[in-house]
Amino acid sequence: MNRAIRLIRRRAISSIPVLLIVVILTFGLLESASGDAVDAYLLSIGGGDATVAQALRQAYGLDQSMMARLWVYVSSLATFDLGWSIAFDRPVLDLILERLPNTLLLMGSATAISFGLGSALGIVAGAKPESAVDRTLSTVSLILYAIPSFWLGLVLSIVFAVQLRWLPTSGIETIASGKGGLARALDITRHLVLPVGALALIYMALFLRVMRSGMAEAWQLDFVVFARSKGLSRSRIVLRHVARNALLPLVTMLGLQSAAMLGGSVVIESIFAIPGFGRLAQEAVGGRDAPLLMGIIVVSAVLVICVNLIVDLVYAALDPRVGASESAG
Amino acid sequence: MRLVRNLIGSPEGAIGLGILVLLALVAIFAPVLSPGDPLSIAARPLLAPFTDPSFPLGTDRLGRDVLAGIIHGTRTSLAVGIAAALAALAIGLCVGLTAGFAGGLVDEALMRVVDAFQIVPSFLLALAFVSVIGASVPVVVIAIALGAWADPARLTRAQVLSIRERDYVASARVIGMHPAEIALREILPNALPPVLALSAIIVAAAILTEAALSFLGLGDPNVVTWGSMIAEGRNVLRSSPSLSIFPGIALVVTVVAVYLFSEGLTKTIGRGRLAA
Repeated sequence: MNRAIRLIRRRAISSIPVLLIVVILTFGLLESASGDAVDAYLLSIGGGDATVAQALRQAYGLDQSMMARLWVYVSSLATFDLGWSIAFDRPVLDLILERLPNTLLLMGSATAISFGLGSALGIVAGAKPESAVDRTLSTVSLILYAIPSFWLGLVLSIVFAVQLRWLPTSGIETIASGKGGLARALDITRHLVLPVGALALIYMALFLRVMRSGMAEAWQLDFVVFARSKGLSRSRIVLRHVARNALLPLVTMLGLQSAAMLGGSVVIESIFAIPGFGRLAQEAVGGRDAPLLMGIIVVSAVLVICVNLIVDLVYAALDPRVGASESAG
Repeated sequence: MRLVRNLIGSPEGAIGLGILVLLALVAIFAPVLSPGDPLSIAARPLLAPFTDPSFPLGTDRLGRDVLAGIIHGTRTSLAVGIAAALAALAIGLCVGLTAGFAGGLVDEALMRVVDAFQIVPSFLLALAFVSVIGASVPVVVIAIALGAWADPARLTRAQVLSIRERDYVASARVIGMHPAEIALREILPNALPPVLALSAIIVAAAILTEAALSFLGLGDPNVVTWGSMIAEGRNVLRSSPSLSIFPGIALVVTVVAVYLFSEGLTKTIGRGRLAA
């Protein structure tokens, strides 16, 4: 337990400068935009005169120098204040917290399904490298992994929602259905089948490939050769020795993929009209809402740091060698 | 030349290279294969595929030839994918070499920047970048490269750190070679192979990112891309799903070819290292 706390503390300290770099770079990028949120707002309401624009800029602090505003932003960030969304006219943090659960539900289910299926199929493929089963699974996973998620989502919705009419095409739940409890949960599940399916199929392919190649390598390791020469049964070697050894890189992969998954939520949520974090990013871009976009990038960075921390904790629990050398420090 | 021969030696490499050469030819000879502007109106709108021999894949909502769009879209996909990967590799190699070679504070500072780029979802970064600067092909290339250079940078640095302790680097230092010369002539060539093996994966990811950006309407509006064709077809998804399906198949075939090529490349490089 001590080891875990030390890991968390060390990670939190080392994350601060990295987050600061993210904030400064994003701030600089959004600053270089031609036209600000006030321009976008005035355009959307059909124009306004210079005094109105001046008053709005003053109200949002847009008339101050860049360094001054960066300082204000960073210091308010320290109190978990992410600023005010101009397009929605609400605090950025509230908007993000409102949308985040949908995305976490989507990503969590897709990750769980793809991790489970991918590692299981990876074990099947890696149990006998270069066999017919392995070659088939490897080929299928290669093709699956090459499919863009938004296109797979579209194809799945053409087949299952438009043609077969088995599932709804979009949304997270039936609007104003008045459902509650279990009925509502079931309704949300039905809405999530296609988007989760599209994401899970693609990530399953990735986990399958990582598991399979880890196992193919493990077969060459001395202790596996030794287990085979001892005459242990093949299934026992596959599960106890080979697969177990190949599981660690898969856990690492989970952390590495978290950023890509958050990015991928933008397109999949746009296809299925799910009011989540990714769709919020698209809306921020559409509304030229710099504070919102900024908040989204900062929060996504924090999320990725958290996921990686969890992955590291799991890793440390699985592999006692991790962090053992640091116990002196 | 030996690399190509070895590459063809593995079935994955041969198939991948074959498809890629074919796609490259389509991209280069696009104006010959389908003359004229693919964005211009060619026939009656929403012509079904496989009905008119002069428009084998039909036409879209505005009467634009789908086959012409796919042929010209090959250009955008390959060009953006390769350019973005080259840019990412160039940045990654420079940063990785500098960090690994300089060490100390420079290394520490550069690696924190690499960390920052790795924890921000690269698609969100690309989205923000394109929306701020404005959609055009070069901007899309830079936007994708910004999200892709961190991996090669980290890998290059790790390579440099392991190589610079080797004997031949020490000998070079002893005979008085300039540090820059050691970096470029002794370390870089040996650090390169694993980074190159990564390059094909970066190309594939770049092609997929470009497609997703143009699907969301953030691609260059004056250039036909597969992603924008899929988005355009989405408006009539119920009546003419083929409009979204064909460009998607082109995308999948391209990315599969890049993956196959990369597998062949990895095997070849692995074998080369064993032989050395």
